Amino acid sequence: MERLILFIYQNRAFFTFLMLEIFCAWLIVSNNAYQGTKFFNSSNGLVAGMNSFSQSVRDYFQLSEVNRMLAEENATLKQALEQQRKQIYPISNIPIDTTAIVRVDTIPARKYEFISAKVVNNHVDFFKNFITIDKGKDAGIEPGMAVISPLGAVGKVKTVSNHYSVVTSILHIDVMVSAILKRTEHFGTIQWDGRDPDLVEFKYIPPHASPLKGDTVITSGYNAIFPEGVMIGVIDDVKLNEAALFYDLKVRLSQDFRKLSFVNVVKNHRQQEQDSVEQVILKLER
Amino acid sequence: MSRISILQIVSFFIYLLYQVLILQNVVLFHTAFCFLYVAYLLVLPVETNPLALMGIGFIMGFAVDMFYDSLGLHAFACVLIMYLRNYWLNNLTPQGGYNSNDVPSLALNGIQWFTVYATPLVLLHHGALFFTEAGGFGMFWFTLWKIITSSLFTILVILIAQFLFPSRRPR
Repeated sequence: MERLILFIYQNRAFFTFLMLEIFCAWLIVSNNAYQGTKFFNSSNGLVAGMNSFSQSVRDYFQLSEVNRMLAEENATLKQALEQQRKQIYPISNIPIDTTAIVRVDTIPARKYEFISAKVVNNHVDFFKNFITIDKGKDAGIEPGMAVISPLGAVGKVKTVSNHYSVVTSILHIDVMVSAILKRTEHFGTIQWDGRDPDLVEFKYIPPHASPLKGDTVITSGYNAIFPEGVMIGVIDDVKLNEAALFYDLKVRLSQDFRKLSFVNVVKNHRQQEQDSVEQVILKLER
Repeated sequence: MSRISILQIVSFFIYLLYQVLILQNVVLFHTAFCFLYVAYLLVLPVETNPLALMGIGFIMGFAVDMFYDSLGLHAFACVLIMYLRNYWLNNLTPQGGYNSNDVPSLALNGIQWFTVYATPLVLLHHGALFFTEAGGFGMFWFTLWKIITSSLFTILVILIAQFLFPSRRPR
């Protein structure tokens, strides 16, 4: 026993090294899990505060770009509003035969709620990229919610603190998003390969789908995280190897992640319902 | 001694803040990162206790990790190079050996010696960092390219920083 202690003491540098490295490895593994550690990340108040200071400096260089994007979004929203109005007015002007009124649900269920947030920290160049935003538990954000921008899908909330949250970006090699090809309605999976922050891979599209360059890819809404029909990008490159089961598709993201500055967090009021129903099925199948 | 310690603590925070506030935004061509904070670890005094070295490496790496949302990655790489640093320094002992207060910096033995000292450690640090992040050797060549470009960039910046602020401690 004495000799053992002596041995450990003599090699204490090596054993400390070993322990620290094992501890680090454990941290890395546990941080890779679906929901990571609560405190030691950039949603921690001090860290996020400093990051948002750094971001506020960066913001000055992006002002014109953000302005242009907001103006464009305004325009599309106005157009959508106008179309709605056009649809509503003519109907209300038509004298309606009261006997023919169909009983409709007068309160359309509010399925999605949007919370606007500002990006305070953002990476695109690592293999596993995260985004920090300036809204947290106080604003009603919970882990697992979708994050979208006016131009497209962005990611999924990973951890929240009181005032900040960390979002797993689509540019993360382990993240998969269920998506459909808008023209043919075939569905597949979007995953990033870790190389170019502009391009993601669109997997599992069978040969008979015959996608074309320029086709739009949108979210499918199958996994109850992203709402249905959120823009992801357009197909940039189509390849089909002989004897391959699926296409090799590259999708150019509609949102340039390097210029991300404002995002919307999507609260799905029916996510729990959908998940719990699907859980029942999964249990039955097992 | 206490004066040196205070200087060390101050420069710890300077390196850390410079890394997370400024260099975090500097990435060349989406491949070349600059991790200047490694320089702080490299120029700790020669006589520092190996346990203290690893402790400082761990704290520095952990602090950087919090900002990069990559818990454990930088800490892992830093502890690794801190463990190997003293063995490497012993191999590179200049004629006459080290004095008790020496700092392994550019001012001590010149640019050639410092480059030979810093390059393998920086390469090792970046290698551990990027391969751990990629989660294995799945994208070997791309990761290797990232490591080489980032190491070149980091070493260049470390050399410039050494020229600008020679870390010859007053005794």
